[in-house]
Amino acid sequence: MTEVITARGLRKEFTVHVKTGRIRRARRVRAAVDGLDLRVERGEMLGYIGPNGAGKSTTLKMFTGVLTPTAGEVRVCGLRPVAQRTRLALRIGVVFGQRSQLWWDLPLRDSFDLLRHVYRVPAAEHAARLRRCRDLLDLDGFLDVPVRQLSLGQRMRGELTAALLHGPEVLFLDEPTIGLDVVSRQAVRGFLAELGSTGDTTLVLTTHDLADIERLCRRLVVVDQGRVVHDGSIADLHRRYGSRRLVVADLDAPLPEPPVLPGAPLREVAADGRRLVYALESAGVAEVVSGLAGVASLRDVAVVEPDIEEVVARLYGAPAPAAVPAP
Amino acid sequence: MADGRGGTLRAYRALLGAQARSQTAYRTSFAVDLVGNVGATAFDVLTVLVLFGVTRELGGFTLRETLVVVGLSACAFATADLLVGNIERIPQYVRTGLLDAVLVRPLGALPQLLLMDLPLRKVSRAVFGLAVWVTAVASAGIDWTPGRALLVVLAPLAAVVFFGSIFVATATVSFYWVESGQLANSLTYGGRDFTSYPVTVYGGWFRALFAYGLGFAFVSYHPALALLGRADPLGLPAWVGWAAPGVAVVAAALAAAAWRVGIRHYRSTGS
Repeated sequence: MTEVITARGLRKEFTVHVKTGRIRRARRVRAAVDGLDLRVERGEMLGYIGPNGAGKSTTLKMFTGVLTPTAGEVRVCGLRPVAQRTRLALRIGVVFGQRSQLWWDLPLRDSFDLLRHVYRVPAAEHAARLRRCRDLLDLDGFLDVPVRQLSLGQRMRGELTAALLHGPEVLFLDEPTIGLDVVSRQAVRGFLAELGSTGDTTLVLTTHDLADIERLCRRLVVVDQGRVVHDGSIADLHRRYGSRRLVVADLDAPLPEPPVLPGAPLREVAADGRRLVYALESAGVAEVVSGLAGVASLRDVAVVEPDIEEVVARLYGAPAPAAVPAP
Repeated sequence: MADGRGGTLRAYRALLGAQARSQTAYRTSFAVDLVGNVGATAFDVLTVLVLFGVTRELGGFTLRETLVVVGLSACAFATADLLVGNIERIPQYVRTGLLDAVLVRPLGALPQLLLMDLPLRKVSRAVFGLAVWVTAVASAGIDWTPGRALLVVLAPLAAVVFFGSIFVATATVSFYWVESGQLANSLTYGGRDFTSYPVTVYGGWFRALFAYGLGFAFVSYHPALALLGRADPLGLPAWVGWAAPGVAVVAAALAAAAWRVGIRHYRSTGS
């Protein structure tokens, strides 16, 4: 069995009380997650994005046994998360960006030792995993510092280590890069990329930072208002919403008439005709460049990846398509 | 699974050790709290002594007899408050994310919360409560039999379990209704005050509800009667004095069930 996560019709409702008058309040039921279907295979790196309140955290909490679903079915590592919570806990790792698994008043090193007891990890295995994390995440400088004195970036590196010391099959990360500075963010991304590259650990991460996704995840799930509005690769997303890679060519001198290239419509003429921008539809970069080089002398050529933020922003709030077409 | 069980115990012991190190990290404040925490329990006992300054009997009981009741209640409540009392801080655990954190670990959520927030500063109070119990029992002129010797140990244990169950059961209300602290306090601290006196001082529906509806009469009043060899002025048979452990087990089972249902209603926080 290689399917690590299976969710069918997963739903979570919350009851909220809305003020409708001076004293009167109405009970409203709001679905934070509204019929989620998802299958994740072993070794996948899945990015989960959506606007605030889209149900990302709620979904992760149902996968990890923290929250009980209102309806639907969910299996993680073949287990039912709430009913078999403690058994599942041994096989998954969880990092909640705004929560901590560490002991606030004790040195970071003590938290790791405590977690060894909590997860009943043999000493040799624990030492080997800790050694690897110390090297990759550069922990040695602050292992003896109480957690409350760590910077956010240091603490997050500690949290990642804490989540991995028992060798989980699936690692759930809720906003792992939120609030981090550029250097820490790079360190965390690099570490996760390395972790995912071995193919043993399945990674599911939610984020607001699309750079996390572009760097780490081949598969992208976009949720909005509790529903999946896209499930596929980043390339699929661009294909589906018509966003194209662009070739930006800077010419030595403007042409009287920009050339028409098959499969690559002209998008923009700038800098008094010295800059031409073509969108790559069916044509490749080489065809566009050689087509241009035949009629003009090129100073510089750049290929610009489409802006994923823009595509995703268009997805949010748009009515969900009836079905997600297969690529 | 023998190894698994041993591993679980070792894990809980490690959590307890971590809590001890965390709390004693602030030495001075820890020492001050140790002393300060004796106050509340000392006050309960003082209240009884002051009452007997103006009356010779309370609900038909002498000072020495009443001290057995208050000693049992104080000793058990202080111990239960030490071990389980902090569970009333569930709203805080929800807000800080501690509850989420313990739920993704391979151990029971309730024991983890209790151990990770064990208020070791209240140890002094439990020790003081025990001293009051020992003094009260020693000076009450009890006619010792093997049965009573057993009861003198069993009754405080049962009362600790009973108070602990009340703490847990009332705390689960905050899974549904966050602002439930006052209701919980009326049962826990109200229960402690109720059990500090012979139930004969109360009357009517109030006694019926607290003493027998909620079971507080079995915490200190009936065991005290059995130890003192007195018949119940309210007419219940003598064996009721021995019912405390059974009542405690039932209370613990109900509290555990309430906890299990409550945690499934847990809503967590936004992120």
